[in-house]
Amino acid sequence: MAIIDPLSTSDVDVTAELVDSRKAPRNSSRAALIWTRLRSTPRFWVGALVVGAMIVWAIAGLWITKWSPTDQDLINSSVGPTASHWFGTDDIGQDIYAETVSGLRRSLVIGLIAGPASTLIAALVGAFAGYTGGRADAVISWLINLLLVLPAFFILVLLSPVFKSLSFLVLTAFIALFTWMVMAQVIRAQTKSLRDREFVKAARFMGVGTGTIIRRHILPNVASLLIIDATLGVVAAINSETALSYFGFGIQRPQVSLGVLLADGTPSATTRPWMFVFPALVLVVLLFAVSLVGDALRDAVDPTSGSTRD
Amino acid sequence: MTDAPLLEVRDLSVSFPQGADEVRAVRGISYTVDQGEFLGIVGESGSGKSVSSMAIMGLLPRNAVVTGDVLLRGESLLGRDDRELSRLRGKEIAMIFQDPLSALTPVYTVGDQIAEGLMLHDRALSQQAASVRAVELLRVVGIPAPERRVKAFPHEFSGGMRQRVMIAIAIANDPDLIIADEPTTALDVTIQAQILEVLQQAKEMTGAAVVLITHDLGVVAGNADRIAVMYAGRLVETGSVDDVFSRPEMPYTIGLLRSVPNLVTAGRTRLVPLEGRPPSLSDLPPGCPFEPRCPISVPECTTAEPPLLVLGGGHSAACIRAPEIESGALQASDVFPRPEPVSLGSEIGSEQEPVLTIEGLVRHFPLTTGMVFKKQIGTVKAVDGIDLQVRAGEVLGLVGESGCGKSTTILEVLEMTRPQAGSIRIAGRDVADLSRSDRLSLRKDVQIVFQDPMAALDPRLTVGDIIGEPLTVHGDSKMERRRRVAELLDLVGLEHSMSSRYPHEFSGGQRQRIGIARALATNPRLLVLDEPVSALDVSIQAGVMNLLEDLKARLRLSYLFVAHDLAVVRQIADTVAVMYLGRIVETGDVGEVFARPHHPYTQALMSAVPIPDPEAERSRERILLDGDLPSPTDEISGCNFHGRCPLYKILDPSRQQQCVTEDPRLRMIDTTSAACHHVEQNTLQPL
Ligand SMILES: Nc1ncnc2c1ncn2[C@@H]1O[C@H](COP(=O)(O)OP(=O)(O)OP(=O)(O)O)[C@@H](O)[C@H]1O
Ligand code: SF4
Ligand code: SF4
Ligand SMILES: [Mg+2]
Repeated sequence: MAIIDPLSTSDVDVTAELVDSRKAPRNSSRAALIWTRLRSTPRFWVGALVVGAMIVWAIAGLWITKWSPTDQDLINSSVGPTASHWFGTDDIGQDIYAETVSGLRRSLVIGLIAGPASTLIAALVGAFAGYTGGRADAVISWLINLLLVLPAFFILVLLSPVFKSLSFLVLTAFIALFTWMVMAQVIRAQTKSLRDREFVKAARFMGVGTGTIIRRHILPNVASLLIIDATLGVVAAINSETALSYFGFGIQRPQVSLGVLLADGTPSATTRPWMFVFPALVLVVLLFAVSLVGDALRDAVDPTSGSTRD
Repeated sequence: MTDAPLLEVRDLSVSFPQGADEVRAVRGISYTVDQGEFLGIVGESGSGKSVSSMAIMGLLPRNAVVTGDVLLRGESLLGRDDRELSRLRGKEIAMIFQDPLSALTPVYTVGDQIAEGLMLHDRALSQQAASVRAVELLRVVGIPAPERRVKAFPHEFSGGMRQRVMIAIAIANDPDLIIADEPTTALDVTIQAQILEVLQQAKEMTGAAVVLITHDLGVVAGNADRIAVMYAGRLVETGSVDDVFSRPEMPYTIGLLRSVPNLVTAGRTRLVPLEGRPPSLSDLPPGCPFEPRCPISVPECTTAEPPLLVLGGGHSAACIRAPEIESGALQASDVFPRPEPVSLGSEIGSEQEPVLTIEGLVRHFPLTTGMVFKKQIGTVKAVDGIDLQVRAGEVLGLVGESGCGKSTTILEVLEMTRPQAGSIRIAGRDVADLSRSDRLSLRKDVQIVFQDPMAALDPRLTVGDIIGEPLTVHGDSKMERRRRVAELLDLVGLEHSMSSRYPHEFSGGQRQRIGIARALATNPRLLVLDEPVSALDVSIQAGVMNLLEDLKARLRLSYLFVAHDLAVVRQIADTVAVMYLGRIVETGDVGEVFARPHHPYTQALMSAVPIPDPEAERSRERILLDGDLPSPTDEISGCNFHGRCPLYKILDPSRQQQCVTEDPRLRMIDTTSAACHHVEQNTLQPL
C-alpha cells in the first residue's frame, strides 16, 4: 500500500488554499492575520482610543490646571464644579479634578504593572511545569491549587499593615502574586500538548535546552493567550487595587488612587455627588475601554469565541 | 428495464462559495458506470474525488452549489428531496467511508445497526428475521463468531472489523451500486488486503457495481475494471485498467505511474519526480490545469482547457498532445525521463564500527487502571528484545504494521538514555553512560525527520531559523548559521530567498525538504526517518525519495528508515528488518528478503501490498492473514504469530505444538535470518 494519510494532507492543502485565496501578502504570518482581523473590529478602535486618551490625560492632566492634588483651597471647600475647580472640591478644599488625575495615574501604573507581571509569572511557571512534567510539575500544581483556594483578598487585607508603610509598588507586586494561578493552569495544559508536537520533539532531539525550548517554541505558540491575559489582567489588577483601597487596606493618603477617592466620596455621594461621580466615571470608562480591547483581541485570536461566532 | 447505464454522471460541477471567491472542487465531470462494473477513481488529495461522490449521494453540505446531472437508471437524482434520497440510499446505492467509526453510531450494537438498515427498506421484515440476517451478513464479511459479535458495540471492534461491518451494512439491502471512498486508507496493508477481498466477494454476491475512490494506484490495478483519473476537479483520463496502466495518454497519469515505487521494480529503477503541486481551485488559470507541471506543454496549452477526448478503445484523455502520445510519436520516457542513477559512491563500510548497534533492546510499558490508586493490570511489550545494526553508508529499512513498535524503537534511540534492558551504541559509544556534554555532542551525529512535515516545523519561526536551530545548540555564530542555511537550502533543492518565509507557505514536499535540511544541519552520520513520505501525496513522494537517495550517496549518510510501505523500503533500503509485535521476525539484505522471504509474516505482508500493474496483480495469489493484530497486552505463549500464521494452519500437530510452546529465535537461513521454527516446511508462495 502506498502513500498518504489523506486527512492530514488535505488539511494542509486546505490551509494553503485559504492563504492563497485571501491573497495574503507573501510574508503573512499568524500575527499579520490577527492584526487584519483586529483592524476591522470597531470595538478594538474605540477601546484603544479611549485607553490611549486616558493615558495621555493621566500624564498631562495636571499641567493644565493650577491645582495640585495636595493643595487646599480652604475658601472653596465642598463646592461643586466651578470654572476654577472643574470637578469641585472636597471638605478640606482639595481639587477633585487634580485628585482624580493623580488617582487615575496611580491606578493605571498599578494595573499596567500588575496585569502583565501576573501574566509573566503565569507564563514562566505554567510553561516550566508543563514542559518538565514529573515531580516539579506535581509540586507546582499543588502550589497553584493551594493558592487558588486561599482567599486572596483576605490575605492581602492581613498583609496590609506590612505594605501600608512601604511603596505602592509592594502592593502592586502582591496583587500580581495573587492573580497568576488560573492562567498558569491554562498555559500548563497548553504546554503539555505542545510538548508532544513534533517540532518540540525535534528541538529536544537536537539537544536544545529546556529554557530555550520554552522561550523559542512554547511561549511564542501561546503568545496570543498571553496577550489577552495581560490585557484583561490590567482590568483585574485595577479592580483589586480599587477594592483594597476602598476598604482602607490599599493605598494610603496622602497618596491617592481611584479606590481611595471612591472611598472618600462615598459618604457624601448623595449630598455632594461630584466627590464620588467623577472618580467613579473615570474608573468605569477606563475598565470598560480596556475590556473592549481585550475582548477584541480574544476574538481576533480565536474567531470561534464570543461575539464573532456565526 | 431500459438500457440506460446504471449510473450516469453528466457534466457534474460542485463549487463552494468562500467569501468573494469560490472553490471549484469539481468542474464538469461525466462518466457512466454499468451494471456490475468496478470503477476506480484515483487522484491526489483535493482533486475532488470525495466531493464528486458525495454529490451523487446528496451528502454535500448546504452551501455547496451543484450543477449538472446524476442519473440512476435514467432517473435524475439531483434535486430530489431528502426523503426520497434516503430511500434510495442503502437500497439502491450504498456508501462505505474511510473512517468507519464515525459512520457507525456508537450507542447501538452492530447488529441493531444492520437490522435497522434492513427494516428501514423492508417494512415486512420482523425484528427476529432481521437479527438472523444480521448474523448472516456478519459471517459473510468474515467476522469471527458472529452470533456473539452481533451484540458488540462499534468501539469494541478494530478498524478492520468496523470496515467489515460497514460493508455488511452496505450489502444488507442488495444494492445496485456501492460507492467506497478510501475504504482502506486508514488500515494496515494486511488488513487492507482482507477488506478488498471482502469487497470483491460482496460485489460478486450482490452483483452490484462498485465505485472505489482511492489515491493508491495499486489498489485500483488489482481490483477495478475501469479507471478514471482526476486532477484539479476534472477527469483527465479514463479507460480500462489495462489500457491506462500500460498505455497512459495524459502526461499527469504518465508521471503518476512512473512516480510510485512498485514492489516488483523498486530498487532497480529510479522514481520519476513530478515537480510542483496542483493548482489552487479558487484561482484557476484558463488553460490545462496540469500545464505548470507538464514537461511537454506547448503554448496552446495555456489558452483553453483541453476536453476529455475519446481516443481508441474506449480510452479518453484530456490533453492536446494525447493523439501524439497514442500514436507512439511521444513515448512515456520522453515525457517523464527517468533521472540519472545515483553515482556509486556509497559503499557500505563493513570494516569500521557500525553507526548504530542495538542489542536486546526492551521497552515495556506498564498498563494501569484507576486514577488515584494505580493498579498494574498488564504490560505492553512495545519493544521486546530486538537487535539492529546500521553500518556507515547503509540504509536499514524497518517495516511493520502500526503498533508493532517501530516508533518506540526510534524514540529509544533518540532519547539516548539507558534502556530498560539491552544496549544502544551510537558511533561506538554506549548511550547508557554518557555525560551531559557527551550526549549533547553525540546528538550532532543522529538527527530525525518526522512523518508529518507540518507538525514538525514550528509555525512561528522562519524557514531560516528552523533550519539553523540545531546549530544554535552547538554555539555557531549568526554569520556561520546563515551561510550554512543557504548551503542546506541548496542541498535540498530550495531557493535561498525562501529562508525568510514561514512553513505554511510551502507545499507538503517542500516542507519535508525543509525538515530534511534541518536534520542535515549538524552534519549527522545517521538520519532517523520516521515514515518520511507517507504523509505526502503520491506525485510528491518521488521527489523526496530521490532527494534522500542522492543525499545518502553524496554525504555518505546512514539511514534508519521506518516505514509501513514495503515498496518505499524496497526502493531505498540496503537491509531490511521486519517487525511484528515488538520483535524482529526477519532481517537481511533487502534484495534477498524481498526475493525469498522466509517468515510467513513477511510473506503475507508482501503479498498484501498492491502492485500498480494490473497484469502482475492478476497473476498474484494473496496470502491472507486471519484476524487483526492481537492486543499488545495479550500473553502469547510460543511464537507470537501463531494465532494468525498461515503456515501454522497447514502444519502437522506435533509441529504446531512447537509453535505454541517454543518461542522461535532469529536464525540464519541461507543469507537472511528469520524467527520461525518451520521455515523448511514453508511452501507458501508470495508475490
Ligand atoms: N465543505 C467544503 N467547503 C469548502 N471547500 C471544500 C469543502 N469540501 C471540500 N472542499 C474542497 O474541495 C476540493 C476537493 O475536495 P475532495 O474532498 O473531493 O478531495 P479528494 O480528492 O477527496 O481528496 P482526499 O484524497 O484528500 O480525500 C478541495 O480543495 C477541498 O478543500
Ligand atoms: S494539454 Fe498541454 S499542458 Fe496539459 S497535459 Fe497536455 S501537453 Fe501537458
Ligand atoms: S514458528 Fe510456527 S507460528 Fe511462528 S511463524 Fe513459524 S510456523 Fe508460524
Ligand atoms: Mg477524499
